[in-house]
Amino acid sequence: MKKALIGTAAAVAMLAGSLVAPAELAAEEQYFPLLSYRTGPYGANGAQLANGQIDYMKLINAKGGVNGVMLRWEECETGYKTDVGVECYERLKGNGPVAAVSPFSTGITYALLEKAVADENVLFTMGYGRTSAADGRVFPWVFNFPATYWSQATSIMSYIIDQEGGVENLQGKKIGLVLLDHPYGREPIPTLEALSKDMGFEFLQYPVPTSSMSDQKSLWLDIRRAKPDWIMMWGWGAMNPTAIKEASLIRYPMDRFIGNWWAAAEVDVRGSGVPAEGYIGATFHDVGDNAGVFAEIREMVHDAGNGTGPAEELGEVLYNRGVANSAFVVEAMYTAMAEFGNKVLTGEEMRWGFENLNLTEERIAEMGLTGILPPTQVSCENHEGSPAIKLQRWDGEQWEIFTDWIPAMTDVVRPLIEADAAQYASENGIEVRSCS
Amino acid sequence: MLYRETGVFHSTYAEDQAVFKLPLDRYAVWITVAIAIFVIPLVASNYVLSDLLTPFLIMSIAALGLNVLTGYCGQLSLGTGAFMALGGFMTYKLVTGFPTASALFGVTLPDISFFGFEPFDIWFVFMLIAAGLITAVVGLLFGLPSLKIKGLYLAITTLAAQFFLLWLFIKVPWFTNYSPAGIAPAPPQTLFGFDVTGAASPEANRYLFVLMLAILAAVAVKNLARCSYGRSWMAIRDMDIAAEIIGISPTFAKLSAFAFSSFLIGIAGALWAFVKINSVQTDAYTILLSFQVLFMVIIGGLGTVLGSFLGAAFVVLTPILLNISLTSLNPLFVAIGLGEISIAMIKHIEFMVFGALIIFFLIVEPHGFARLWQIAKQKMRTWPFPY
Repeated sequence: MKKALIGTAAAVAMLAGSLVAPAELAAEEQYFPLLSYRTGPYGANGAQLANGQIDYMKLINAKGGVNGVMLRWEECETGYKTDVGVECYERLKGNGPVAAVSPFSTGITYALLEKAVADENVLFTMGYGRTSAADGRVFPWVFNFPATYWSQATSIMSYIIDQEGGVENLQGKKIGLVLLDHPYGREPIPTLEALSKDMGFEFLQYPVPTSSMSDQKSLWLDIRRAKPDWIMMWGWGAMNPTAIKEASLIRYPMDRFIGNWWAAAEVDVRGSGVPAEGYIGATFHDVGDNAGVFAEIREMVHDAGNGTGPAEELGEVLYNRGVANSAFVVEAMYTAMAEFGNKVLTGEEMRWGFENLNLTEERIAEMGLTGILPPTQVSCENHEGSPAIKLQRWDGEQWEIFTDWIPAMTDVVRPLIEADAAQYASENGIEVRSCS
Repeated sequence: MLYRETGVFHSTYAEDQAVFKLPLDRYAVWITVAIAIFVIPLVASNYVLSDLLTPFLIMSIAALGLNVLTGYCGQLSLGTGAFMALGGFMTYKLVTGFPTASALFGVTLPDISFFGFEPFDIWFVFMLIAAGLITAVVGLLFGLPSLKIKGLYLAITTLAAQFFLLWLFIKVPWFTNYSPAGIAPAPPQTLFGFDVTGAASPEANRYLFVLMLAILAAVAVKNLARCSYGRSWMAIRDMDIAAEIIGISPTFAKLSAFAFSSFLIGIAGALWAFVKINSVQTDAYTILLSFQVLFMVIIGGLGTVLGSFLGAAFVVLTPILLNISLTSLNPLFVAIGLGEISIAMIKHIEFMVFGALIIFFLIVEPHGFARLWQIAKQKMRTWPFPY
C-alpha cells in the first residue's frame, strides 16, 4: 500500500513537472495547431487528412519556408469529440503565432466560433463547419471556402435535376438523405427542405446515430421500403463503408447514390468489402497524384525519409484534401506577406490574408497545385468564394471525375446564409461590420 | 499523533452537530477553500484554469448530483448525460427567451454599480436555478419507475431518459431556436457585473464562478445528507423494506433523491455548455458522459462528498495529464533511440493506462478514494505507532 502511494505521488509529481515546463517559443516560425484525429471510428479518415496537411508543410519547409518564414506544427488528438477538441485548442493556442485553426469537425467548429474571435485566431473550415459563417460581415474570423454544405447540397441537386431532365420531372420524386446524426450531418437539412418545397420532391431523412455507425440494417430496410429515387449521403468515418455495403446488399442502384465530399474517399469504398462500382461522390479537387506538388512531396519529403504516412496514400482523396488545406493557409500567408512584409504574421494579419485571398489559375499552377486548389476569390462579405463542385465515380479501382464544375444555386443559398447569420448576430449581440 | 480527536470537547449542541467536529478538519477545509479562491487564480495558467480546473469543478457538481441518487439513496442511474443536456438546453432557452428580468416580470432590477460590482446583476443565477428546477421535475418523472423496480432494471429505465431526451433535442428544432445543425451558441452571461461565461470572459472569472457553485453544491449535499432527507435516503439504500417499516416513505425518499440529484446535474450540464464548450449541442452529452459520471462516483467513493471531487478529478484530469506528459516525454524517447511516438499511439497508451489505473484502484480500494483518505487519516492518527 505504502509503495503504491509513493508510486502515485511520484507519478503526480512527474505530471506536475510536465505541466509547468515552458513551451518552446521560436520567433521565426509560423505555428499550426493541428486538431487531428487518428484514433477511433473516424481515425481512418482523419489520419489521411492530417498526413496530407503535415506533408505539405514539410515540403514548404524543405523549400525554405514561406518567404523565409518556417512552419511549425503540433498535433493534438481530438477523437472528433467536441470537449476534447476545445481542450486541445486551449492547450495549443498559446504555443506560437497561430496561422489558422482547422478542427475538421463541425461540432468543434461551433464550439470554437467565439473563442477564435476572442483570441484573434483565424478559423479555417475548408468546406465544413457552420455554413452561415460564409457571411463575413458577422463572422470576420471564420472562412469556409471553397464551398459550404448548403452550396454543395444544391450542386448535387443540380446534377440530379440534370439527370431527371428538368425541375418539372422532380414532382413526386423521393430524395433521401443518409446522414450522420451529428451537427455535421444535419447541416444540409434546411437547404434540402427549402428545395423540396420549391421543386415538389419528397425529402426523406435517414439519421445514423454516432454510437451505431456500423449497424445500419434497419435504416436500409426502411430505404428498401420507401425506394427513394436518389440518395445523398452526409457521412463520415466508419459510417461510410457500412452505408455503401448496405446499399449494395439491398441492390440500390449505385449511380443514384451520391456522397458528399466527406463520404467519397478510398477508405470508404475499399473498406466496404463489396463492389461499390458506380458509387458517386462530390469533390472540389482532382484525384490522383498528377499535380506537380506530389512529385515534389515524393522527392523532398518521402524520399528524404521524412514522410508522415505511407507514400502510397499520395494522390488519395483525403490526403489531397489535407494538402489543399495547408496549401490554402500557405497562400493566405503569401497574400498577407505581400501587404505586411516577409515576417511571422499575427492573427489579424493572417485574417487580412485570408480575406484578400485571390487565387488565380496561374498562381495555382505556379505552386504545382493545379486541380488541387480551385480558383478562389474571397471578399470581406463573402467567405465562401464562388462555390462549385465536381462529381467523381468509383470504378472499382479508383475514383474518376466525370463532370465539369457544377455551380451551386447561390441565389437559393445566399439568402439562407444571411438570414441565419443575422439571427446569430442578434442572439449573441454581435455588431455586424460594414464591408463597403 | 498528527491527527487526533483527543482533547477536543464539545460543550454545546451546535459544536456537537458541526459538519467538521475537529478543529484540524475545519482548518484544513478552510485553507483548501482559501487557496482555491485566492491563490490558484493568481498562480495557475489560463489553460490550467479553463481546461483542467473548470471542467473538473463542473463534473464535480454532476458527480455530487449523481452521488445523492446512487451513493446516498442507492438508485442506479444511467441518465446523467441526458439530464445534463436538459439543463444545458433549458438554460439556453431561458436566457435567449428572457434575457433580462424585465422580459419576464416587467420589472427592472436596480442598476447599481460600485466600482464595477453590480449587486443586482444576478439574473443568470435565477435562470440556472430555473433550469435546474425543470431538470428536477423531469428527473422526478424518470424516477417514477424506481418505485416499482430497482438495481440494474432501474438503470435500464433511466437509460430511456438518455435516449429519449437527446432524441427530443434533435427532433424538435425549438430547443435550439431553429439552428440549422442542431447546435446553438451559448450567449455570454454576466454575474455581479463580471463576464462569467463565453469565450471573451477571463478564465479566472469562469473558474471562480464555477468554484462558487461547486462549493454551494458541496455544502448543500453535505447538509442534506445529515438531515432527515439524507437519513431517509440512506435508510432506503441500506434496506428498503426495513426503512418502510420504521415509517420512511419510499416514494418520498426516492423521488426527492431523484429530484435533488437532477437539479444539481442540470446545473452542471448548463455550466458544461455555457462555460466549457460555449455551445449547446447534444453530442456533448452522450451516454459516455453518463458512464463517466458514474465512474467518478464509484471510483471516488459512493455516498461521500469528498469522493465526488476526488472521482471527478481522477476521471477528468488523468487522461489529459497522461496525454500531456507522454507528449512532453517525446524528446526523451527520441534521445534514447526509440523514435517519436505518434499522437495516435499516445492516445492509445492514454486509454490503456487510464483503464489499468481504474482496475488498480478498484482492486486496491473498492470503496473509492474517499476510503483511501480515511485510511490515511487513521494512519496519521496512530503515527508513529502501527496501531
